[in-house]
Amino acid sequence: MQFGLSEEQELIVSTVRSFVETEIYPLEDEVEKLGHVPTEMGQAIKQKVIDMGFYASNFPDHVGGGGLNNLEFALLERELGRGSMALTHFFGRPQNILMACKDEQIEKYLTPAVKGERMDALAMTEPGAGSDVRGMNTTAKRAGGDWILNGTKHFISGGDHADFFIVFVATGVDDTPHGPKKRITCFLVDRGHPGFEVLPGYNSVSHAGYHNVILKFEECRLPDAQVLGEVDGGFEVMNTWLYATRITVATMCVGRARRAFDYALTYAAERKQFGKQIGKFQGVSFKLADMITEIDAADWLTLASAWRLDQGLPANREIASAKLYASEMLARVTDEAIQVYGGMGLMDDLPLARFWRDARVERIWDGTSEIQRHIISRDLLRPLGG
Amino acid sequence: MKVLVPIKRVIDYNVKVRVKADNSGVELANVKMAMNPFDEIAVEQALRLKESGGADEVVVVSIGPSQNQETIRTGLAMGADRGIHIEASHDIEPLAVAKLLKEVVTRENPGLVFVGKQAIDDDCNQTGQMLAALLGWAQGTFVSGIEISGDKATVIREVDGGLEHLAISMPAVVTVDLRLNEPRYASLPNIMKAKKKPLDSISVEELGVDVSPRLTVIKVEEPEARSAGIKVADVSELVNKLKNEAKVI
Ligand SMILES: Cc1cc2nc3c(=O)[nH]c(=O)nc-3n(C[C@H](O)[C@H](O)[C@H](O)COP(=O)(O)OP(=O)(O)OC[C@H]3O[C@@H](n4cnc5c(N)ncnc54)[C@H](O)[C@@H]3O)c2cc1C
Repeated sequence: MQFGLSEEQELIVSTVRSFVETEIYPLEDEVEKLGHVPTEMGQAIKQKVIDMGFYASNFPDHVGGGGLNNLEFALLERELGRGSMALTHFFGRPQNILMACKDEQIEKYLTPAVKGERMDALAMTEPGAGSDVRGMNTTAKRAGGDWILNGTKHFISGGDHADFFIVFVATGVDDTPHGPKKRITCFLVDRGHPGFEVLPGYNSVSHAGYHNVILKFEECRLPDAQVLGEVDGGFEVMNTWLYATRITVATMCVGRARRAFDYALTYAAERKQFGKQIGKFQGVSFKLADMITEIDAADWLTLASAWRLDQGLPANREIASAKLYASEMLARVTDEAIQVYGGMGLMDDLPLARFWRDARVERIWDGTSEIQRHIISRDLLRPLGG
Repeated sequence: MKVLVPIKRVIDYNVKVRVKADNSGVELANVKMAMNPFDEIAVEQALRLKESGGADEVVVVSIGPSQNQETIRTGLAMGADRGIHIEASHDIEPLAVAKLLKEVVTRENPGLVFVGKQAIDDDCNQTGQMLAALLGWAQGTFVSGIEISGDKATVIREVDGGLEHLAISMPAVVTVDLRLNEPRYASLPNIMKAKKKPLDSISVEELGVDVSPRLTVIKVEEPEARSAGIKVADVSELVNKLKNEAKVI
């Protein structure tokens, strides 16, 4: 067993960390106040990341990406997790699922996404279908040689900056012994395509400036060339490529928790009450001990799950555990960091209240805590016939 | 032309420095270390010179314990071609550093040495000047602009009250100031290549330099905490206090 990082990995961590501290932190307050990232600001970050050769680092070398494995990418995402998501969105990690592009899709979607010329967003969730992805009601029906899409998607992250969308829709129903089961197909849809509208989404308590949008399809006609993967093969591309995104949520939670913790630790050593540093009171110092223990545990759980994926070992349960534990850990750590600060922790002058608000969504997106527990327990019980 | 860039490993500029409990120095255990920021500027300038065709090789050199190799790798990940690590176990004084660097210069024969004007840990601001003197080379110090043509370099120095333009002949030692450039981040392709770039280690003994300290540190103390200021009601009270209490006018 080897717990250390290679020199390259150390350099990736220190470079991304220093980028986030130098280029992202100073813009956070402005984005928080504005409620969005101005186009020029986003473009400037993107250009710097492209110049550093870090754009699309999650894609393999042969398509022009950075060639990082899952573990290295998790380390990178952990450092990005320290900064505002609205801003780090422009650090550019297109959806891996674009690796399923073929023929002219490569020129039209994959290559420009990797180069930072076109941004993507991914749409599964619908008002009537969240955890129950297969319950989706957006449909694509055959018309001549084409497809006609109808329906609504919501909560689609990064949709305000996206040039195209990766959209999952129902393309039929199979009757199975367990009842009817929808067949799913994945489509690539360009912003501005007739019959397709991108509408503003809801205001979220978490991650101000990182917007979600609503997608409306009304008699939207698409040719077969827009199908990503196979017709009715949506679940296959989903399972092949979207498996690892939960590692991203987990590792970003670890990064943000460490940032919140650093505030709490410094304050505990500086703030005096009753003539002593508050860190001298066990009521405060034991909080710090619990916080760092949980952060380290989440960090190792997450890195180990990414490592398993790289080794080709089964990792579904481990990734679910990492996502579950890290997102719940972040909620506790950001809450306790505020407690260590007292009243000042709630004020806008410090980013602690923001970390606390931002933490809330992590237990919901990319599969709720309940769904992760379901995945974990199913994985344990199924072999026993449970 | 080859450019040599000496780089120092120092406490990261973001870290709040603490004095050791026994007052023998500052706490280095478990403290984040990084390349001296002025040396990053020196590396950047060397890389820009190479990219514009004015140099063909950039060599970074660092003196210190084995961890200094990390600092060298950072230089390589920024784009330097080669690294030299001079293994030394303890803090070496500027004169000894300059002597060691002189030996490296003799071996490597660079046309130019770019070095930070000072290191942010001890703020000595001596190494570049001492090195130039030991080599008998021209020196440009506190440089915020540089242009090279043939065997002459024009440097801009920040001096009290303005900018001084000086012509110096090469080879030369140039110590760089904050406003010379904005150093780049390591790039991912260069990070991946850094490990494959040559990094040679040389011992102090091999270079035949006596590095024994000439100075004795008696005590290191925190600066006294500043006491809070006061508000004065008007100009006459201010003048009165400056005259009679502070006795500065
Ligand atoms: C800010 C934000 C951004 C998002 N971005 C995207 C995006 O880019 N693309 C995208 O496709 N989606 C996105 N989502 C959707 C997100 O993945 C869903 O919100 C999530 O999957 C949960 O679905 P739901 O909100 O409809 O809740 P529901 O599925 O309705 O769940 C409601 C509650 O019931 C519980 N529950 C449901 N089923 C079970 C069960 N079987 N067992 C136990 N408990 C259960 C849930 O855990 C939850 O507590 C985003 C969501 C948010 C909030």
